Amino acid sequence: MYVAVKGGEKAIDNAHALMREQRRGDTAIAELSVEQIKQQLPLAVDRVMNEGSVYDPELAALALKQASGDSVEAIFLLRAYRTTLPRFGYSEPVDTEQMQIERRISGTFKDLPGGQVLGSTYDYTHRLLDFALLAEGDSALSEPEQASNNMGVLQSDLSANNVGVPQFPSEARTETKTSDKLEACPRVLELLNQEGLIEQSRADGEEDITPRDLTRQPVNYPAERAVRLQNLIRGDEGFLLSLSYASMRGYGDSHPFAGEMRSGLVSVELVPEELGFPIEIGEVMLTECEMVNQFHGSKDQPPQFTRGYGIAMGRAERKAMSVALVERALRAEELGEAVNYPTQDQEFVLSHTDCVSANGFVSHLKLPHYVDFQSELEMIRRLRKAASEASAQPSEDKADTAGEKI
Amino acid sequence: MSSQLSSQLNKPATQTAGAEGYNFAYLDEQSKRMLRRAMLKAVAIPGYQVPFGGREMPLPHGWGTGGMQLTATVIGEADTLKVIDQGADDTTNAVSIRRFFAKTAGVETTEHTADASLIQTRHRIPERQLRNDQILIYQVPIPEPLRFIEPRETETRKMHALREYGAMQVKLYEDVARFGHIATSYDYPVMVNDRYMMDPSPIPKFDNPKMNQMPALQLFGAGFEKRIYAVPPYTKVMSLDFDDYPFEVQSWEESCSICGSDHSFLDEVIMDDAGNKMFVCSDTDYCRERVEQGFTAENPEGQQGLTPEPNQSQQERKTQDDTKAEEMAP
Repeated sequence: MYVAVKGGEKAIDNAHALMREQRRGDTAIAELSVEQIKQQLPLAVDRVMNEGSVYDPELAALALKQASGDSVEAIFLLRAYRTTLPRFGYSEPVDTEQMQIERRISGTFKDLPGGQVLGSTYDYTHRLLDFALLAEGDSALSEPEQASNNMGVLQSDLSANNVGVPQFPSEARTETKTSDKLEACPRVLELLNQEGLIEQSRADGEEDITPRDLTRQPVNYPAERAVRLQNLIRGDEGFLLSLSYASMRGYGDSHPFAGEMRSGLVSVELVPEELGFPIEIGEVMLTECEMVNQFHGSKDQPPQFTRGYGIAMGRAERKAMSVALVERALRAEELGEAVNYPTQDQEFVLSHTDCVSANGFVSHLKLPHYVDFQSELEMIRRLRKAASEASAQPSEDKADTAGEKI
Repeated sequence: MSSQLSSQLNKPATQTAGAEGYNFAYLDEQSKRMLRRAMLKAVAIPGYQVPFGGREMPLPHGWGTGGMQLTATVIGEADTLKVIDQGADDTTNAVSIRRFFAKTAGVETTEHTADASLIQTRHRIPERQLRNDQILIYQVPIPEPLRFIEPRETETRKMHALREYGAMQVKLYEDVARFGHIATSYDYPVMVNDRYMMDPSPIPKFDNPKMNQMPALQLFGAGFEKRIYAVPPYTKVMSLDFDDYPFEVQSWEESCSICGSDHSFLDEVIMDDAGNKMFVCSDTDYCRERVEQGFTAENPEGQQGLTPEPNQSQQERKTQDDTKAEEMAP
């Protein structure tokens, strides 16, 4: 006799208990602390902060621990917490030109005011497994590099600009505040701007507009640029990476140069209502990327370079670059370019960037669909019955034989 | 109608009940106010999809976050909540959502349709006829009935504005041409109040007639699509069809193996390796109620002196024809 499927409540409790046990792993091995995750898996933490849209390395590390290292799950945890937080106010726009540069590179100019700073990077490492790490010792591969490390400041023959850069001892950690003596680092793209070779980032006399907050208001299409950027910055890194890859491989009209990539600490200012002037409330680590793209010009405008912009929290270059590339591809319509590919299509891109939504909707297939499936069963039986009755008649029964071939 | 909604809306929210560190029913009051405004607009324009600032909920998108936001917004301390998924109270996701509100709002929950003031549902409408003092909240994955015909929001909004629904009629016609009848079995599009085409959420078309002139307020929430829509009580909801191919619902040759019902939506249960199967009511509460009243598979007519509860789908199924007849008359 059929026993109704009961016991959902108990099953859920047990499933969660089992999950907690699995997450902890072998209890003979020391438990991972949130602080360890924050210190030693900082890039994973940064990704969770970015897509979770909260600048809080500790909570991001906690989410990673709770999610057994699954970044999408961790992002979800952080988002669901974020949504309940009250809004005290909005900060002043951060000035990334005043960034305390930790790393700064340009793919367009060999040397430039402020110099290039290689900083810390996986670029140029040989991807060889470092078995010293497996033996839980210090990394063997990194030692020779450390000896000659001057905070990674690129020494180029031309770089008279770097003369004033203090030489940090090799034990200098990344937390060390870069000295105030560093000369100003104007944005590379602004240098092009002086010649009018690149589009203005804003029209003459254009005021700052407070961007709409897409976590509070739904997106309406076509979405303005500030909303598109918000959406992309919260978007799934893998999806954006692949889209930007596609846009460069021919499914898009993208011929980019990495004008500049910079990361470092930026101070955040807020104007409290009772004071009426800005006060600094803290610093955030940001990675900013500006891409230079070609633009063939139009009837009204001579050819000039255009910009794609990306910014991300923490050290997240892949993310910042992907955002900049996709952001530029999505400007096709406003620049009067043909919209031929999904990468240029706002609705296609912006509706599908969010990993929390994507994961939710895909995984909802695990929920019961008994009723819908039953409806389909009933329908398909009826259709097949009708088909077999029709083919049972002495006339041509092509449908039936075709069915058997399959 | 509106007094019913506003009485729900005016219930004072309280900080006392619920989970520590969270507001009553999880959402903060500003978010609830935003949702209420969207809901009022939705009720005022039956079937129209109102964009709203969808919030992240602690459940994944696609698992009922839209419905949960609506429930969190209209629920008050005096409410009794029922949550069903596939018609059943005990499916895991229904359990999970019911617990969420028991925890964050501290409200009474029930499995009895008749005792609930709020019913959140996924994929079904209860068999028992709902009352005017109840609210039915649907979880909606994709609110746009035209989405699979036209994927662009910019286009579909235009189509709704111009009441340009020919494309859907063509799709249904193509079904008729290929299969001899309309081959949509769930998520079957409806016209609300003769104006907006609406996606009834993926309920089986068996349930569509229950929406027409329903005494209860029907609210629809699509979380990650950030849309709310509504059907006020006693509103005309017609399933799309053709004069010569009228709308019809599923029927079963079998009846429920537990309560003997021959008029409710039946789930098929596979019994063994040989593919033997049985059919049981998808609405577990309706089935339980009938068993309590003495109906069994062996005795589907019930005990002496008992008459079956008025069955909504049978009544309402007439209504579509009746409404049509009324329209044809003058």
